[in-house]
Amino acid sequence: MRGEWHARDVRGLLDALARGEVTPAVLVEHFLERIAEHDPALNCFVTRTAEEARRRAARPLAGALAGIPLAHKDIFCTAGVRTTCASRMLSDFVPPYDATVVRRLDEAGAIVLGKTNMDEFAMGSSNETSVFGPVRNPWDPERVPGGSSGGSAAAVAAGLVPAASGTDTGGSVRQPAAFCGLSGLKPTYGRLSRYGMIAFASSLDQAGFLARTAEDLARLLVVTAGADARDATSSPEAVVDYPAALEAPIRGRTIGVVKEFRDAGLDPRVARLADEALAVLERCGARLVDVSLPRLGLAVPIYYILAPAECSANLARYDGVRYGHRAHDVASLEELYARSRGEGFGPEVKRRIMIGTYVLSHGYYDAYYLKAERARALLQKDFLRVLAEVDVLAGPTTPTVAFRIGEKNDDPLTMYLNDIYTNAVNLAGLPALSIPMGFVDGLPAGLQLIGAPFAEAPLLSVAHRYQQATEWHRARPPRFA
Amino acid sequence: MWDTVIGLEVHVQLLTESKLFSPTSTRFGAPPNTQAGLVDLGFPGTLPVPNRAAVRMAVAFGLAVGGRIAVRSRFARKSYFYPDLPKGYQISQYDEPIVVGGAIAIGVGEGVKTVPLVRAHLEEDAGKSLHDLYPGRTALDLNRAGIPLLEIVSSPSLASPEEAVAYLKELHTLVCYLGICDGNMQEGSLRCDANVSLRPSPEAPLGTRTEIKNLNSFRFLEQALTYEIRRQAEVLEAGGTVAQETRLYDPDRRETRPMRSKEEAEDYRYFPDPDLLPLVVDETLRAEAQAMLPELPRARAERFVRAYGLEPYAAGVLTSSRPLADYYEAVASAVSGKGKDSARTAAHWVMGDLLGALNRQGIGIEACPLAPTRLAALVLRVEDGTLSGPKAKEVFEALWAGTEEVDALIERLGARQINDREALLELVDRILDAHPRQRQDYLAGKDKLLGFFVGQAVKASGGRANPQELGALFRERLGR
Repeated sequence: MRGEWHARDVRGLLDALARGEVTPAVLVEHFLERIAEHDPALNCFVTRTAEEARRRAARPLAGALAGIPLAHKDIFCTAGVRTTCASRMLSDFVPPYDATVVRRLDEAGAIVLGKTNMDEFAMGSSNETSVFGPVRNPWDPERVPGGSSGGSAAAVAAGLVPAASGTDTGGSVRQPAAFCGLSGLKPTYGRLSRYGMIAFASSLDQAGFLARTAEDLARLLVVTAGADARDATSSPEAVVDYPAALEAPIRGRTIGVVKEFRDAGLDPRVARLADEALAVLERCGARLVDVSLPRLGLAVPIYYILAPAECSANLARYDGVRYGHRAHDVASLEELYARSRGEGFGPEVKRRIMIGTYVLSHGYYDAYYLKAERARALLQKDFLRVLAEVDVLAGPTTPTVAFRIGEKNDDPLTMYLNDIYTNAVNLAGLPALSIPMGFVDGLPAGLQLIGAPFAEAPLLSVAHRYQQATEWHRARPPRFA
Repeated sequence: MWDTVIGLEVHVQLLTESKLFSPTSTRFGAPPNTQAGLVDLGFPGTLPVPNRAAVRMAVAFGLAVGGRIAVRSRFARKSYFYPDLPKGYQISQYDEPIVVGGAIAIGVGEGVKTVPLVRAHLEEDAGKSLHDLYPGRTALDLNRAGIPLLEIVSSPSLASPEEAVAYLKELHTLVCYLGICDGNMQEGSLRCDANVSLRPSPEAPLGTRTEIKNLNSFRFLEQALTYEIRRQAEVLEAGGTVAQETRLYDPDRRETRPMRSKEEAEDYRYFPDPDLLPLVVDETLRAEAQAMLPELPRARAERFVRAYGLEPYAAGVLTSSRPLADYYEAVASAVSGKGKDSARTAAHWVMGDLLGALNRQGIGIEACPLAPTRLAALVLRVEDGTLSGPKAKEVFEALWAGTEEVDALIERLGARQINDREALLELVDRILDAHPRQRQDYLAGKDKLLGFFVGQAVKASGGRANPQELGALFRERLGR
């Protein structure tokens, strides 16, 4: 088995560690070698923490993930380790604190190998807005891995780490999971603490994970979920033993097939894969029910008002005064602001700050922000109404498979429409995941499952049952086998 | 003549241990930037968590002024760029404040005027920019960033600088009473912005107002308003219009100057802070706030009038601060029932000699070196006739300066009043013998001379003879 550890999932590695077939130190070396060999072609990592990882692997580790190598999206603050958000603005920023998700994974015994590339401040769906350059999709290096958690997704898909953290504001975990053939979970808003996770849009941001299987996601979730005194929006809702709940029977569960997920923009080949996936779930014992979310079409416009509005305020703190990029030789305070921010932020971030500033401005607030907030409440109501009748909603994660690098750069609107099936879930604050459901021309496609608030356990168990009945999640990009 | 309309926005720094949204200490006077934590500095990924103590204080204020406590209120972000505002926005409350309405009663002349409040809301303070510390540079002290403030907005119903000052004083007394503010205006614990406008008559619509920022003393408030009212009147009388603008008061030149005009006014882009859930004041929190409420100044003053027989004026002075009222009440309860006027005598001594002595030494009642029980002992000796007025003052000075008890002091100073009839009669006869001409004049009808005789007798006794008794005895001896 020597040299094949990257073919294992987290569960497989934990078994091997438990049986003494391998040590954390061997795993760390193996994955560091994988990173050294393959990352130059993929550009997944912006910072590697090899020395810290080796030191940690040499010490006794305890916890549910003891000895498991991981990577964190570079949006999570890591004490003493540069945290950039893939922005020039934070290219030298070293936080003196850990994000709660990072701390909880440390306490569970995981070993961090590095920080992964992403869209700048998580604003993007292709990983092309990073100041460190685009990440390449391991299934086809000419294509994007999705975004904004593209570095994490590509790293897991290429076997550089067995799992990684991500964040999902409008699909930033699920869409890259779909594009890279992975399982990706965005929990309910408030399930994971946002403390130390650099904010993009606070009411939508939620940490999540990318791994090979739903089972691995359950293991990552159970050690990180739960209230945090440092995040007032984290939920006191009790944490379920997610791994133990995986084997719950699927028979008798109802799956809502959302009519509006089959809109005009959906690639028919992706649609066919979704139909096949639903047929598998039906054969496993689930009952399929047609449901409708009539206002789903509003999700993208709502999202692109609210997310920029929140980001315009969240990113106001980057002013060159206390930390982050600071312009030199400025003659006035105004110039300090204008140049520090002008030089520090990339074009997509600037675009969203400007949209957000506009929709919050005097005279426009009611027409944009307030109206969007009201529409959001209606959309949320639609979801809850449907989820009172069915256990899980299902549909494709994205309308297409991974597109080419550069393909959508000239047209932000087409890029935004790529998140059409995922945005709505963040607006409603619901848990959702994406699991591999097959290939279109050698590129993976994802099935999205959406649950009721805090119903991560049934969601994961349905996904787990699907993965017991299929092999898609075992497929590996040939170049990185 | 113009009708003046004034409204005040008062920022009260709440007396919490930690900041409004972080666990950082709020202690005053720490070296710059030593009380600025990660949340206060707006570090990436850090989040605000509301301080329950600050919320409780805001609710207590709302209850004290009879306002409506919003079961559900919201924090909003107020966005503007300034180096002492670390996040680029201030967390405040905008369209859903925690307290709505309520009122504060102020004394106006002989009467009482009720000043309705618009609202009171919670917000965090910004840091401090120091422009004159280093030439050509601005230094920042962010210790103050995140300190909890309660902004109390009055309705525009104050009609003069005097009323504005009376309102601010009343508010100052109230928040100190409630124990939600230390009231220290020099340290900025209570700051005031004043809105002022003029109109031809009370029936006319409100005129254009100006806002005078950051008035941090009663005196500056009065001076600034007086200047601004005169300035606006001159503009209007010259046929001009008042510009809506923000002005600053310069105490050295005693004038207000424009700071920024409405045209350049910022658009604060308020929206609900998505890092914070709606602020819910549940029954528990409300009950906690209710339990914090002491007897409020007006109620206490009324009780002083009823229970101690004080004049309303004296009761008002004695309840102007909670420590002063507590001090008086300690003296009064020690002497009450021992003499018919003892509580009033106690009031006289606390308001007169005691406050005088404190003023002379520049210390507050909280730090008063004379224990209420010792002052009570003096009051009792005045009440039972042991001490005359002048002698009591002498004993008070000795009492203030030292540690000796009242009775020992009376003996040592030989201050005991002479009340003995025989001794006084002897004195009376001696004075009458010494002044035969005045005696004749008195008997001929010059009544005023009685005072002369008493004065001579008191003087001859070294101030110890009881003047009331002497008066009676002189009349007795002279037969009228």
